Amino acid sequence: MTKDTIDQIIDKHHCEASSLIQILLDIQSENHWLPKEALERVSEKLDVPMSQIRHITTFYKSFSLVPRGRHEVHVCMGTACHVRGAQRILDSVTEQIGIGAGETDVDLKYSLETVNCIGCCALGPVMVVDGEYHGNITPAQVAETFKNYE
Amino acid sequence: MSELLLQIDGREVTARAGATILEAAQSVGISIPTLCHHEKLEAHGGCRICSVEVDARGRTSVVAACLYPVEQDLVVRTRTRKLERIRKSLVEMMMAHAPDSEQLQALAVEYGADKDRYGKEVSFCIHCGLCVRYCAEIKKKNAVGFIDRGPRKEICFIPEIAAKECWECKECFPLCPTSALQAAFVLVKALTSQADEPERKA
Amino acid sequence: MPRINSTAELDALRLDILSTRNPEKPCITLCSGSACQATHCRKVAAALDLELEKQGLTNTVHFRKTGCHGFCEQGPIIVIYPEGVCYLKVQPADIPEIVSQTLVAKKIVERLIYVDPTTGEKAVKEEDIPFYKNQQRLVLGLNTRIDPKSLEDYLAVGGYQALTKVLTEMSPEQVIDEVKAASLRGRGGGGFPAGLKWEACRNATGDAKYVIVNCDEGDPGAYMDRSLMEGNPYCVLEGLLIGAYAIGAHEGYIYVRQEYPLAVENVMAAIKTAEEFGLLGKNILSSGFDFIIKVHKGAGAFVCGEETALIMSLEGKVGEPKSRPPYPAVRGLWGKPTNINNVETWANIPLVINKGAAEFTSIGTEGSKGTKIFSLVGKVNNTGLVEVPMGVTLRDIVYKIGGGIPGGKKYKAIQTGGPAGGCMPESLLDMEVDFDQLTKAGSMMGSGGMIVLDEETCMVDFARYFLGFLADESCGKCVPCREGVKQMLNILTRITRGKGKQGDIELLEELAEVAGSAALCALGKGAPNPVLSTIRHFRDEYEAHINDRNCPALSCKELISYYIDPEKCQACLSCGRKCPAEAIDGGKNLVHVVIQDKCTKCGSCLEACPARFGAVRKISGEPVPASLPQESRTIVRKSKQS
Repeated sequence: MTKDTIDQIIDKHHCEASSLIQILLDIQSENHWLPKEALERVSEKLDVPMSQIRHITTFYKSFSLVPRGRHEVHVCMGTACHVRGAQRILDSVTEQIGIGAGETDVDLKYSLETVNCIGCCALGPVMVVDGEYHGNITPAQVAETFKNYE
Repeated sequence: MSELLLQIDGREVTARAGATILEAAQSVGISIPTLCHHEKLEAHGGCRICSVEVDARGRTSVVAACLYPVEQDLVVRTRTRKLERIRKSLVEMMMAHAPDSEQLQALAVEYGADKDRYGKEVSFCIHCGLCVRYCAEIKKKNAVGFIDRGPRKEICFIPEIAAKECWECKECFPLCPTSALQAAFVLVKALTSQADEPERKA
Repeated sequence: MPRINSTAELDALRLDILSTRNPEKPCITLCSGSACQATHCRKVAAALDLELEKQGLTNTVHFRKTGCHGFCEQGPIIVIYPEGVCYLKVQPADIPEIVSQTLVAKKIVERLIYVDPTTGEKAVKEEDIPFYKNQQRLVLGLNTRIDPKSLEDYLAVGGYQALTKVLTEMSPEQVIDEVKAASLRGRGGGGFPAGLKWEACRNATGDAKYVIVNCDEGDPGAYMDRSLMEGNPYCVLEGLLIGAYAIGAHEGYIYVRQEYPLAVENVMAAIKTAEEFGLLGKNILSSGFDFIIKVHKGAGAFVCGEETALIMSLEGKVGEPKSRPPYPAVRGLWGKPTNINNVETWANIPLVINKGAAEFTSIGTEGSKGTKIFSLVGKVNNTGLVEVPMGVTLRDIVYKIGGGIPGGKKYKAIQTGGPAGGCMPESLLDMEVDFDQLTKAGSMMGSGGMIVLDEETCMVDFARYFLGFLADESCGKCVPCREGVKQMLNILTRITRGKGKQGDIELLEELAEVAGSAALCALGKGAPNPVLSTIRHFRDEYEAHINDRNCPALSCKELISYYIDPEKCQACLSCGRKCPAEAIDGGKNLVHVVIQDKCTKCGSCLEACPARFGAVRKISGEPVPASLPQESRTIVRKSKQS
């Protein structure tokens, strides 16, 4: 990610320190992770201490400080999904793509995260791959879903 | 500045508006235990050792004395059976991290806390935040900060800043009630003498 | 549509829109809320677009994509007007028939309408379906009639009438009096009277004031705010604007979880349109009142649903709550007087103004007026969003609306209030649901999540689940929560793994007192509730786990064993084929046996065993019966016996 792109994002939010989280979300959205250089640039331009930026990027779970895979997989572990067997789905996903929650595989193909509620509670268990929702999913369907990803 | 009248442990106390219960109590020699409090720093309200009972607006609640502002006719109790149970429990939870801390040991004696109540934790740090706050508010260097949240929260030095500032300073070291701060500093010193490595999530 | 410069122009525009809309013109609506997206309503939409074009109906039939209808279990949902015919679980392949039969020939496609699973009774119209019939959808009901991206749709159903009334007939103080008289209590969790909060904020001194919409709906299992924000964002904007006027705030913030991308998209689109047409910005409708709204996204922290933590997040900081007093109404965002309310609270404001306090208070109970939207999820037949007047019983919600427990299982409990709430067992099913009744029962209203649990839910594990969630989401600032929740979680985890000790329940209660009394914020203070509530109503389960290493619900992996009953096993090999751990010993005509030390307790064998045999079962709290000796394991299958 270039310095110019980062500056553009910061300027879009009028370089306000209060927009720090929104700026980081935009960088995360564009780049899929937050490289150290990006954080240093933000710290410099917004005049916010690096310690605060580091706290924010580790406190809020939307941020990743390491590169993410091409395909982002989220499994909902909310209460409704939990009682409908979300853990089994998570186990199936791990079995299929070979990584656990919070991990990215070495080929940078997949990243897997659990989410504490996606808000599709009536259709639990739910898995989201690249923003596409799969509701009422079964372990067999998990296997089927991942066949199509490059 | 206007003055208010409140009651602490049955005693009538006058305090200026804007003062905290802790300040009002200290002004008349009533002692409330603290850990994360420091007169030079903004009140933190993290350790909750200074918890007191207050009656306000028809309700009784437990609040942190270092933060709660005095009110007219506020009734405060600084030591009750419930507060003793709470403080005992807090000390026990913290001593799972730092059983050798002198401050915690003194509190353990006072409240009958058992340092072995809970299994020993990996980190000494009890998150009083004194080091982080001192470096931010007094030194304005922000060389050390918090990362993450909940039980995974830790203090962490910023290697680039620490390398420049901390060796000559170390003013935060005496503030640490455990030896967590010194341990963290030793770690970052070791790291900065190696090649720079990006942080990895577990 | 030109910029609207006055309330008179707004009224005229509404009439104009209505006059161009023929209520008899066929209209086909497709629910496009997030849950229906998860069941691929976009494919249905594409099929519909194609079919309408193919049949030359694009100009004669209006196709409207709406927000969430609420009956999420049965999505994708199509409703055809003017008849009101409702089709459920629609697939792309059904579209040609729906268009030909219903839109054109006015006939019903029988296989797609609702059939009551118990009585077999059919319902053609949406409002006749028992799920909907027993609700009072004053707030959520509009979702089915509007495209969330269409200001005209919102105006056509009476949108912004409340704003007109406020700007032309009411002073700010009168608005606050009306909201106070309506006794509208906050719908986000605390249940604090909104009118009192507004009044405190209005009366506070400050050169600027702020109003905030809390859409950081983090309670797992709750998605009411999502559906409101996605499905009817203009309603929230109207409520917020009225509140801003009453309080004297000229800047508002909408804080939306970033996990709700459709809600973010729809509310930002609504704000942009409202600005274009003069319903936001300077001198709104020539009233002299200015108001702008900014949208901030959350970044993945449940604690930011707490109002002081939310404010910290808006200020670009970590979401660590602050102690109160001072309350945000007096000193909030940037130290200025700030009023935060939940999405559903704001969405109720146009209703309160339009109906008036007298009519609004005719709905509900003594202490809780109006309706509440609940997300009814978990082990219940009709999962979805339910809006009922305060005072409806839990029994009616679970059975009349929810359709009871699936699979013939027995009701065990319903959990309300999210991670700060508690469980209501069968003995409390006749409770009339309102703020105070739920609190009295050891739970709380919370944001409105209602999770139904059946006999297969282990209540100890359920408490453990919530503590795990809270440990993950705790900000970590204060000892009672950071350490207390962790210790409670450790104890509960040990108990569910069969390592419970005498004294564990008492220790949980001790930790509950510390966290519940001394924690900094409502997350920590509420953390003990799931534990205390389950101990209160299901103490026997805790004791069974601790004393007998028995999980009565047969759920906790370390305490259960899978066992194949030799009397029932027909040696069909189904289980052995599915077992991922090669833990089943058996063969044709040889009774199968689970090899216990290889078994991973995945449950595949139980699922695989044909229902007519039912040979696999879970046991807990007792030793696994010894296997038959090898020579006794040969059987002749029942079907082969003469």
